[in-house]
Amino acid sequence: MRHVIIGAGPAGVVAAETLRQHDPAARVTLICGEAGPPYARMAIPYAMAGKIQEPGTWLRQRDGYYDSLGVDLLHDRVKAVDPATRTLSLAEGGALSYDRLLIATGSSPARPDVPGLDLPGVHACWTLEDMREVSAQLKPGTRVLLLGAGFISCIILQSLVQRGAQLTVSCGSSGRMVRSMMDETAGGMIMRWCRAKGVRVLTAGRPKLITQEASGLRVTLDSGESAEADLVIVGTGVRTNTGFLAGSGVAVDEGVVVDPFLQTNVAGIYAAGDVAQGLNQCTGLTEVHAIQPTAVEHGRVAALNMAGKPTPYMGSLSMNTLETLGLISCSFGLWAGKAGGEQIRVVDEARFRYLRLEIFDERLVGANTVGMTNEIGVIRGLIQTKVKLGSWLERLRRDPSRLAEAYVACTQGVAAE
Amino acid sequence: MGWTGKFLRVDLSAGTVKVEDLNRDWARQYLGQRGLATKYYVAEVDPKVDPLSPANKMIFTTGPLTGTAASTGGRYSVVTKGPLTNCIACSNSGGFFGNELKNAGWDMVIVEGKSPKPVYLSIENETVEIRDASDYWGKSVWETEHGLKALHQDPLLRVASIGAAGERGVLYAGIINDLHRAAGRSGVGAVMGSKNLKAVTVRGTRGVRVKDPERFIAATIAQKQVLADNAVTGQGLPKYGTQVLMNVINEMGAMPTRNFSAVEFEGAHKISGEAMHEPRATDGKANLVTNGACFGCTIACGRISRMDPGHFSIASRPQYRDASGGVEYEAAWAMGSDCGVDDLEACTFANFMCNEHGFDPISFGSTLAAAMELYEMGALTKEQTGGVELKFGSAEALVKMAELVGKGEGFGLELGQGSRRFCAKYGHPELSMTVKGQEFPAYDPRGIQGMGLTYATSNRGACHLRSYTVASEVLGIPFKTDPLVTDGKAALVKAFQDATAAFDASGLCIFTTFAWGLENLAPQLDAACEGEWTPEHLLEVGERIWTIERQFNLAAGMTAQDDTLPKRLLKDAAKTGPAKGLTSGLDKMLPEYYQLRGWTPDGVPTAETLKRLELA
Amino acid sequence: MQRSLLLKPEKCTGCRQCEMACSFEKERSFNPARSRIRIFDLHSQGRFVPYTCTQCAEAWCLHACPVDAIQLDAGTGAKVVHANLCVGCKVCTIACPFGTVNYNADSGKVDKCDLCGGDPACARSCPTGAITYVDAEQTGYDKMRLWAVKTDTQPHAQA
Repeated sequence: MRHVIIGAGPAGVVAAETLRQHDPAARVTLICGEAGPPYARMAIPYAMAGKIQEPGTWLRQRDGYYDSLGVDLLHDRVKAVDPATRTLSLAEGGALSYDRLLIATGSSPARPDVPGLDLPGVHACWTLEDMREVSAQLKPGTRVLLLGAGFISCIILQSLVQRGAQLTVSCGSSGRMVRSMMDETAGGMIMRWCRAKGVRVLTAGRPKLITQEASGLRVTLDSGESAEADLVIVGTGVRTNTGFLAGSGVAVDEGVVVDPFLQTNVAGIYAAGDVAQGLNQCTGLTEVHAIQPTAVEHGRVAALNMAGKPTPYMGSLSMNTLETLGLISCSFGLWAGKAGGEQIRVVDEARFRYLRLEIFDERLVGANTVGMTNEIGVIRGLIQTKVKLGSWLERLRRDPSRLAEAYVACTQGVAAE
Repeated sequence: MGWTGKFLRVDLSAGTVKVEDLNRDWARQYLGQRGLATKYYVAEVDPKVDPLSPANKMIFTTGPLTGTAASTGGRYSVVTKGPLTNCIACSNSGGFFGNELKNAGWDMVIVEGKSPKPVYLSIENETVEIRDASDYWGKSVWETEHGLKALHQDPLLRVASIGAAGERGVLYAGIINDLHRAAGRSGVGAVMGSKNLKAVTVRGTRGVRVKDPERFIAATIAQKQVLADNAVTGQGLPKYGTQVLMNVINEMGAMPTRNFSAVEFEGAHKISGEAMHEPRATDGKANLVTNGACFGCTIACGRISRMDPGHFSIASRPQYRDASGGVEYEAAWAMGSDCGVDDLEACTFANFMCNEHGFDPISFGSTLAAAMELYEMGALTKEQTGGVELKFGSAEALVKMAELVGKGEGFGLELGQGSRRFCAKYGHPELSMTVKGQEFPAYDPRGIQGMGLTYATSNRGACHLRSYTVASEVLGIPFKTDPLVTDGKAALVKAFQDATAAFDASGLCIFTTFAWGLENLAPQLDAACEGEWTPEHLLEVGERIWTIERQFNLAAGMTAQDDTLPKRLLKDAAKTGPAKGLTSGLDKMLPEYYQLRGWTPDGVPTAETLKRLELA
Repeated sequence: MQRSLLLKPEKCTGCRQCEMACSFEKERSFNPARSRIRIFDLHSQGRFVPYTCTQCAEAWCLHACPVDAIQLDAGTGAKVVHANLCVGCKVCTIACPFGTVNYNADSGKVDKCDLCGGDPACARSCPTGAITYVDAEQTGYDKMRLWAVKTDTQPHAQA
């Protein structure tokens, strides 16, 4: 049995480890599309900020890890998949046959259609190589303009400021920050916080044009407003990496379509991680969830199925955590609410603290938080195990910050009063 | 180390907050908490100050062992001039507030002036703000504490606040932290109210450090074992709380009953610690849910009670169906025995009221007992009480009056002036069971003679916690003395007063002294704090603290005439029990006490004494 | 033989000696806010609940860590945060459904219980026996452990 995994992000590496554990006799090949050991994109901001060295971004940091695990690490890219012959053709010219295949190719930055995007000084900051290039040009006082204020942009915002950049963030047409994970109150709070810390935030329109002027790059918005920078970083969104599947017959929607066992429409081919369109346990729909915990869970479940241990995927809980210049915010589940549900919220604009709970049928189904770090994981626990809040619901209406107490009271003990 | 070395000075009139360095010389001389804060207080405040005027100050203070792993290291005190007594006031509280203040990095908070509008003081480590409290003024302690936690979105916020009693000038209003721990006596809550200060909120995450961590840990472990091995701190207090005493004191005929008109209460067992454990006939559940500890306390004497949901008092108060702080011995005595009430649930209700609205159950119960006596003798009428029959033994009257005092209105506010002012108003000052304006606690000085001298000489007015000779006279700690004799009690009281002052200055709880002496305290302090801390040094610190408190009171206008007891205790002999035929022998003890203290026959420290204590 | 913390709320008085012992062990100061074990005071019930990581087999935190900073200590079974590897991304704090991994803004890293290498300070400091460190089998593994199983939507192979 030969298992081949395309993509050496968290989903791919966890899948390789799981396969090794559950199918000891099989051969496992992990194809890594970038140079160097598999690493975590999540850790890039911390490397850019200088908090860690590059090896600190590696998914597994023990010396000779993949050898000792018995996994073949192959640095190459896959050009095409032929399910009929169970063969991959590789960018370096070779071919590789497989019995079971896992697609874990993740995603890449989407390039908005803006003239001037090819100018020198305009970069993505997605891979370690991108980070090296950006990092080399960063000096204290360097003017940096971040295109996009979503999670992808915001996660490097703090690192840029820590490196001394003079930062401008363009929110695009929505005028909001992290709108896919935080509501307007929370996003507004984050924006106000960033501004208070010296970041310029542009909310008036989408970028229309980037031009090279004598004094630097000029980004002009469709509102007419413009800003100048030495460096423009594009962080406007990502797309799943599925191009190589053209002609393979593997069904692709937003991402690779999978069944409850994370298998694609083609037998023997599975998908996991940011590229897969898996089940969201909160909505019951299949969605691309580009988050670390989902990637890891996907990797594990896909591998179990590949190893011949049928394991349904229970669905993931969308959640995220972000630190913007010291302000920590989180989102969980159906933070925007569920029809017929109840919202409990408490806002302290002056202190940048916010908590919004979404309740449905006496259970927590989603939350947004700003400035809360203690026992934050209980939000996942409450949502995922569908804890019935009973008499605690009334207490939470009076003080939603007693969430952890509610969780402990409802799960540890005496029957709800 | 031990101390953080920093304190806050908050001027509510000016709306300013300053950080100051702790005076290290004073720390060596006065240790901390009751001692050090009193030193700051007397150095800064005119002894003649009106306690409820902006010129008065109040100090929230921790000790060097507050916030450490030493058992019971969670205490804080409030030092000010008490409106009930016009004497120095120092009210000590447990719970979790003290640790939080220390962990925020502050040894003390000196509060000055008066805010033009209701405010609360918010302390989050180094971030200290005076914030608007208009929304909370008029709210109960419980509403305020829950509300501020919700506002700050922080369940671990610690809150010390006052209720309507403190706002409206109940002279025995206390400051309540953690819902049911109280800086309860002498009216420190009324001082807070007079400053328009509704609450102090604290969140501290800075950590408390000690001088020699290894030695400190070893010392605290050894001393915790001493507490665990002691019958009182290891068994009696955890099981029954201070309520372990109800039956004991009653049996020895030292249970002040119906305003000290008797020394035995026939209903004592019904409101005792044992009774709190027994299943109720009504719902089959015990009043006591569990025992609970204050921060760092390995004794855990606290009572957590749940009321009988069918009790008449509770109908309109759904919040009283939840568990909360149950009666301690002093509260059960004052609102029970002293009022002739044997209804444990009514006492628990009244205790909840005291906690929720912020007033002292001892002074409240004693004042009510005096009012009941006035009512029964006809000096107080039903019209004057608002239609309530204020008879001894009436649980309904107890419940009703607790509600009125909690609101701080009408007849409740009259009762809220304390027994001395109340009895004077109704023409019978002799019925007020007080010293220096503060009501007695739960030990009859005719049956426990040392307590007579304790009450008479206590610097904050009648109080058991300034020299708890009950330990020796009843429990035989550290040695047994005869409760019915006066011989040797002057020396006993002085020794207890000085040692207690040292404990109160340390950050630890006085209840440790059932098992510990200064020789148990010293090694813990010595490992925690700069300097050398021996039992001898601590005794000297204790005596110094006692003396500056005395000097303040003398300067405030108090004289030896005030070191006395009500006529009832000096002239009317106990009618029953082991003390039958006895009155308090204060006259035999007091001169000897003055002499042992190195004071003149008028109760004034001599120049020589002051010199010996480095006070002159 | 592997051992685990046995937490008995019915014996707890809420004194926080465990929180002090834990913070002292880890931070060299008495700082309950930095304790890896926390006492929940369920005031209205008159109940105190000691609460910390159960070192659950699912190890949500360990799997969620993008840089392998949380590793299994084979000796104790503890999932241990290696501070030198932790980048402070906080993903583990939202991934742990028990909320027992917490971010420490002062260190920029996360904190969780590591069983003190096999001699937990909290258990040593508990005056009432509410926290003990016992043979894992013998505990039958406690309510929180049962809950861990219930919480486990992470799939197990259908054998």
